[in-house]
Amino acid sequence: MTSLPFEWLEKDRRRLRVEGSAVSDRIYEFLTAACAIVIPALVIAIAVAIFAAAWPAFSKAGLSIITTSDWDVAAGHFGAAPALFGTLVSSFVALVIATPLALGVAIFLSEFSPAWLRQPVGFLVDLLAAIPSVVYGLWGIFVLNPLLREYVMPFLRDTLHLGVTPFFRGPAYGPSMLSAGLILAIMALPYISAVSREVLMAVPRSQREAALALGATRWEMIRDAVIPFAKSGIIGGIMLGLGRALGETMAVTMVIGNRLEISASLFAPGYTMASLIANEFSEATNDLHLSALMAVGAILFVITLIVNGVARWLVWSVSKVRVK
Amino acid sequence: MRALRLAALMLLAVACAKENANNSSTASSTASSTGSVDLTGAGATFPYPIYSKWFSDYAQQTGVKINYQSIGSGGGIRQLSEETVDFGASDSPMSDDEMSKAKGGAVIHVPTVLGADVVTYNLSGVSAPLKLTPDVIAGIFNGSVKKWNDPKITALNSGVSLPNQDILVVHRSDGSGTTYIFTDYLTTAAPAWKSIGKGKEVKWPVGLGAKGNEGVAGQVKQTPGAVAYVELAYAKQNNLPTAAVRNKAGKFVLPSVAAVTAAAAGAAQALPANTDYRISIVDAPGADSYPISSFTWILAYQHQKDAVKGKKLVDFLNWALTEGEKSAPTLDYAPLPQEMAAKVKANKIASIDFSGAK
Repeated sequence: MTSLPFEWLEKDRRRLRVEGSAVSDRIYEFLTAACAIVIPALVIAIAVAIFAAAWPAFSKAGLSIITTSDWDVAAGHFGAAPALFGTLVSSFVALVIATPLALGVAIFLSEFSPAWLRQPVGFLVDLLAAIPSVVYGLWGIFVLNPLLREYVMPFLRDTLHLGVTPFFRGPAYGPSMLSAGLILAIMALPYISAVSREVLMAVPRSQREAALALGATRWEMIRDAVIPFAKSGIIGGIMLGLGRALGETMAVTMVIGNRLEISASLFAPGYTMASLIANEFSEATNDLHLSALMAVGAILFVITLIVNGVARWLVWSVSKVRVK
Repeated sequence: MRALRLAALMLLAVACAKENANNSSTASSTASSTGSVDLTGAGATFPYPIYSKWFSDYAQQTGVKINYQSIGSGGGIRQLSEETVDFGASDSPMSDDEMSKAKGGAVIHVPTVLGADVVTYNLSGVSAPLKLTPDVIAGIFNGSVKKWNDPKITALNSGVSLPNQDILVVHRSDGSGTTYIFTDYLTTAAPAWKSIGKGKEVKWPVGLGAKGNEGVAGQVKQTPGAVAYVELAYAKQNNLPTAAVRNKAGKFVLPSVAAVTAAAAGAAQALPANTDYRISIVDAPGADSYPISSFTWILAYQHQKDAVKGKKLVDFLNWALTEGEKSAPTLDYAPLPQEMAAKVKANKIASIDFSGAK
């Protein structure tokens, strides 16, 4: 390593005092490599441990864990389909609500906001990510659920006549899939908006200037020049938000109503996989019960992997199109 | 410049944190004089408030420090079985199967205090406590009684005007000793509940699940027409309305510390001399017994491997059943009947030896 390949490093050599320090370079290289290896090793170790613990349940019940809906610990039936359904639906509802909001915030902050407003608003939105989930849960119990029960649900069902669709039917208790989706939307929002904002701000000035020079309005510039450029990053941000929503435990447990039933209505209480584990793990003494909960964890793990894989693929395919 | 400012900020943060740490460490060091922990235990969350009071009182009186993690009864049984703790604690007795898997050999169950479940509800305009029978409670919680003005409820509560309102059942979503006591009671006292059975979590036919006593109580408070079961101590401390439940003797009894101890006394009379105290006292005989009651237990190996620790554990258990019981009512736990505490000490705690044999 007599000459470093990067010009900027070469230039900074004296300031960084790296000359003649091949040994420290080696150490540095070794340390970073160690960090890079430890993390994947940890993930693999976790996966192995979860699947090993889940094996008794898988070998006894097989795929009926995700295809049946009868979860009866006393009888030894472990069908977690409603929890799988609840995880997917609550996260989907969260994304449907959070994505437009977060993109709106990000576009406003990066394109329209006066400079003095950008910092405080961005800071406050980011702060949403720092609130502990149990606080969201308490807020859900004491503020959001009563609001939903008294005003929002009757309004959707009766005033807007959405009750004719199967999605907004039934009695309004408060704790519901809708409530869980809303809480998750608020929790996922800062992730999506922070990533999108940074990506939008990173779009080169020349890109915008070129669009404006061609006679585009500001909106056309954003739509045709800025967003396509930032698309892969935005998708990455959405997937980060989705990951947050899929794995969230505490806040969801507190507002979703914890009922193992598949219902089309968003007013009905539901359950998620993470909540199921959180609720039952500490008091699970029976080996099969414990193993079934681990199996639910393993399935959640696989779903998260799939989501991440899809995100990678989306980002990859989008960026490939752009380069072409 | 920016980096400098950042560094200064970090230094400041570290300094503040350190100061906080210093404050808290001086605070905790006054509470406990020496550093090491003598005994470790893990298990039930329900008796945690009284246990932590016992441990702190005991440390002040004797200097013996006990560290307890309230990780849940299931975790307590598992950790005891793996011999990673000196004692366990559970709200439901260990099954024969669990007993046989314990690595340290024979396990004894030491009942410490009693807990009870109350039936609480949200009915505006109903001020007198509702009266309920086991069959009606089972009917409400299995969904066959759907309205508050159902004839089955009104027949028990003449003079109370009950609304034509849907009943919303709220139950615990987390596995819990509270649920175990409640379903154990219904299985014992109400034939209609047999098909659902008992457990720390059961398959509820109707209703919403909420996490913890506080989650259940919060949901009931907010929802007109809601009904739920919560822990007695929690209900008392939060002044929740509670129903009087008809006991085996046919009397409607309101939940109270005295009525729960009475249930234990009633049940104790029927116990054989060589009982292992793995017993359920729901639906206990006795005119004053509150029927939805249960023991909570400390679990320990009969043959202790470490004589020093074993001796400390025995001393503590004897202290708990003598001195400790006195402070139980201040935290709304029902103490053991005195006669029974004496028997537990003589028959169970005295049987602990230090041979370590399997």
